Amino acid sequence: MNHHLVVRVVSKLLIPFILLFGLYVQFHGDFGPGGGFQAGVIFASALILYALVFGLENARKVAPDSIIRLGMVTGVLLYGFTGVASLLLGGNYLDYSYLSGNSVSGQHLGIFVVELGVGITVCSVMIAIFFGFAGRSHKLDKLEE
Amino acid sequence: MAVTVVLIVRLHNLFAVVMLGGIYSLLAASMFVVFDAVDVAFTEAAVGAGISTVLLLGALSLTTSEEKDRGGVSVLPLLVVLMVGSALIYATLDMPLYGDPSAPIHQHVGPYYLERGIVETSVPNVVTAVLASYRGFDTLGEVFVVFTAGIGVIMLLSRGGITRRHRIRKDGT
Repeated sequence: MNHHLVVRVVSKLLIPFILLFGLYVQFHGDFGPGGGFQAGVIFASALILYALVFGLENARKVAPDSIIRLGMVTGVLLYGFTGVASLLLGGNYLDYSYLSGNSVSGQHLGIFVVELGVGITVCSVMIAIFFGFAGRSHKLDKLEE
Repeated sequence: MAVTVVLIVRLHNLFAVVMLGGIYSLLAASMFVVFDAVDVAFTEAAVGAGISTVLLLGALSLTTSEEKDRGGVSVLPLLVVLMVGSALIYATLDMPLYGDPSAPIHQHVGPYYLERGIVETSVPNVVTAVLASYRGFDTLGEVFVVFTAGIGVIMLLSRGGITRRHRIRKDGT
């Protein structure tokens, strides 16, 4: 899409704001609408927009496959180990009340960490799926050449 | 929304169908905003209108953009659809009015979450509190579902790459 000047300029302007909005939805999800899932999707959509406009190769440089796979696993493990942590601290699995001295702040902390895990996993998975499809069509293009 | 659905069924150009699907999702998202379900609207707009449209376009670039005409109307599927549809419409007659405070859904655990949620978790957004804390196991399961989906897609779509790497490793180069 090298010839679409308007698209390139506008998306270059928009991408930082989309990323910022994704982070806002992630970390403000306790107070306003949103949460890990929505934030992950918004964050991923910024990268997908980047890949659409500036090409898959450049996007892969920003987010290499290894980091994306690491992110997929990290998010799930973050969630799972929050449960294990509350288990070790004397509560039930995923009972965040025990994560901190105060049950209420423990709940808040637990929700925060868990939502972060959800966000990381969802974002990585969405990018991975998109790269999977896009990389596939790229390969076919090369075969046809 | 009904217009887009009819068009999706009638049209044979898959590119237009994907675009109409995106429009449908956007309309659904605005409908959720009208119903005050902002979280759901968020998700619908981002996933339905944004990412799934892009993914479908990506899939479309791997195949043709015209639907094959199979011709004729098959009777059995039509009958099944009509029966299920009429059963669903019959079921809606029994449902309580939208926003009725005495509806069963507002009598069960809902009031507890609304009253105790902010006291027990200090999270003002009840949706987040319910999803992450009270229904933590469900959300953990959802994350695993998303994770498994990602693994599945990676394994299916990047198989060529992995086998090539295997071959290189076997050769010792």
